[in-house]
Amino acid sequence: MHSFGYRANALFTFAVTILGFMCALASFTDSFNSPSPSVQVLKVNWFQKQPNGNDEVSMTLNISADLQSLFTWNTKQVFVFLAAEYVTPKHVLNQISLWDAIIQEKENAKFTITTSNKYRFIDQGSNLRGKEFNLTLHWHVMPKTGKMLADKVVLPGYRLPAEYR
Amino acid sequence: MGWVSDTVDSIKSIKVREVLHQLIVLGMIVTTALIIWKGLMCITGTESPVVVVLSGSMEPGFQRGDILFLTMSKDPIRSGDIVVFNIDGRDIPIVHRVIKVHEREDTEDKYYLTKGDNNPMDDRVLYNHGQNWLEKKHIMGRAVGFVPYAGWATIIMSEKPIIKYVLVGALGLLVLTTKE
Repeated sequence: MHSFGYRANALFTFAVTILGFMCALASFTDSFNSPSPSVQVLKVNWFQKQPNGNDEVSMTLNISADLQSLFTWNTKQVFVFLAAEYVTPKHVLNQISLWDAIIQEKENAKFTITTSNKYRFIDQGSNLRGKEFNLTLHWHVMPKTGKMLADKVVLPGYRLPAEYR
Repeated sequence: MGWVSDTVDSIKSIKVREVLHQLIVLGMIVTTALIIWKGLMCITGTESPVVVVLSGSMEPGFQRGDILFLTMSKDPIRSGDIVVFNIDGRDIPIVHRVIKVHEREDTEDKYYLTKGDNNPMDDRVLYNHGQNWLEKKHIMGRAVGFVPYAGWATIIMSEKPIIKYVLVGALGLLVLTTKE
């Protein structure tokens, strides 16, 4: 009952259990401020109706944000992405991710980037002419261990051109 | 060599009642583990509350061997959520991020497109032939937290099943030969 084997086993089990608890609780030490990003649509590159009837638009965006306040000792990476949200008669909610990036260092969390949309902005239908849409910047904080947190800022008031070009 | 004859002696001196007792204790341990697992399934609302990350498609966020905790709440699935889904006909769940959502209000149809953070293309190549979107029924849960490296034991045991047999055999031998 008191052999080395038993003691080693009991110690090991206890240590692993405590480690598991600590990993799970690690993210309770994090706290965040709200960054305020800004996004501009620099230009609409082209806007067409595909052969299968769906509208597609390509645009160049200028995105700048400062997410440095999200980084703590427990942050492994911040996944940031920009989604366009709009309403159509057929689909009451549409969310299309246009661009995303993975930030692993705090220095890189303050950035300004000019890019065309990384993922194709395709509607399921032909509803995009003159369409008003919101651009929402989302960020997901992935910790080294523990609970993941996500938040976003909605930037309303963008509008697509009324005609194809 | 003395160890071998000791073990043989202890196996010869086993009483039936002791063996039965130890088998029952073993059964209780296994049943308790099962109860905890099923209980977790009820609390989180998903059939697989804990999954091991098997591929590198979500690096650097999730590495192979990490354990993910999932829940399935009534909250709607939105872009950016990390979801676990099954493709019809395949039984390995995939953990990727939702990048596109189209929802209809009248018919409750909801369509999702997913992509692994580390993959260059979205998941259409993984879906079945002719399938362009995932639907709610394919989604098993949403990832809410994780513990790194804890899943390596599962990966090793499923990729080299001989280790599983060796472990179970050694455990069985231990049960039979401990004098408790």
